[in-house]
Amino acid sequence: MKRLGFPLWPRRPSSAQTAKDRLQILLAHERSGATPDYLPQLQREILEVIRRHVKIDDDAIDIRMDQGKELSSLEINIELPHTRP
Amino acid sequence: MTSQLKKEKSVSKVIVITSGKGGVGKTTSSAAIGAGLAKRGHKTVVIDFDVGLRNLDMIMGCERRVVYDFINVIQGEAKLKQALIRDKRVDTLYVLPTSQTRDKDALTQEGVEAVLNELREEFDYIICDSPAGIERGAQLAMYFADEAVVVTNPEVSSVRDSDRVLGLLNSKTKRAAEEGAEPIKAQVLLTRYDRARIEKGEMMTVDDVLEILAVPLLGIVPESPAVLKASNVGVPVVLDEPSAASQAYEDAVARLIGEEVEMRVDGERKPGLLRRLFGRSA
Repeated sequence: MKRLGFPLWPRRPSSAQTAKDRLQILLAHERSGATPDYLPQLQREILEVIRRHVKIDDDAIDIRMDQGKELSSLEINIELPHTRP
Repeated sequence: MTSQLKKEKSVSKVIVITSGKGGVGKTTSSAAIGAGLAKRGHKTVVIDFDVGLRNLDMIMGCERRVVYDFINVIQGEAKLKQALIRDKRVDTLYVLPTSQTRDKDALTQEGVEAVLNELREEFDYIICDSPAGIERGAQLAMYFADEAVVVTNPEVSSVRDSDRVLGLLNSKTKRAAEEGAEPIKAQVLLTRYDRARIEKGEMMTVDDVLEILAVPLLGIVPESPAVLKASNVGVPVVLDEPSAASQAYEDAVARLIGEEVEMRVDGERKPGLLRRLFGRSA
């Protein structure tokens, strides 16, 4: 039994629960070895592929990540130089 | 004339938050001081030097957004701007997370210096969150510092370790090695201060600690439930609801940038009449 009685006011999620949730999400990623250690290589390879077609700089790539419970996303933005055909 | 887009070449300061002992509140203080400076409009970055035991990201609440880290930048695998994480609450606040998978040997003095120099171009304050201990990570966190905040609990092992760290700040840093350089300005931040226990004589007083360490006091942060709560939710204490601890950090930040703020113990409470009549402390 977690709590006796009923709350007198609508409960917001407690900060301890938030802590637990955050840790569970983070540790699930870390334990699965899914920590983004492959990203530098991924970045190099993406750049390589794009360079076959367009000339771009090394830092024209921007990778963002958001790790969630059900869904993680990887957002890759590549800045293309404005060239005239 | 070329227009200066970057910040005007003013004094950018590297401040190390260190302690020797673990668990005294270095990361909490780094996050709070960094956020406090940023809140005042100073462009601030907080760097995690604890390679392999990344935690600053959790305390600052950006753990899900880490892509590249400090080590990637040092090793040339990512650009600095790719690794910097901008805080979602205060837009002058940035975090440079460390690597969770590598070890301290990945830090090199040249690498750290290069990153700090690049950060100096853009930031007003660079806060280095040191790992515990006095080995490589801790030494590199302090090496290039202009100022140091030594986080200390009023407890024997913490005070002893702080004394050791103060010795290192005066001998094993760039400012110590350079002829004619001004020594690092070190100040003590007393954390987990428990007034009730001090009044009972169970805990050393502020004066006791300062007498032993003989450096200026930056602030007194009371033991406060707000600190754990803030870390639970990943919000630096000063960005969370006001508390005695957040107040203490705000004051410390004001002193850090040179303002004169009266030292108050335990938040806003002035000693009450009863306390003044019967209390032990002055």
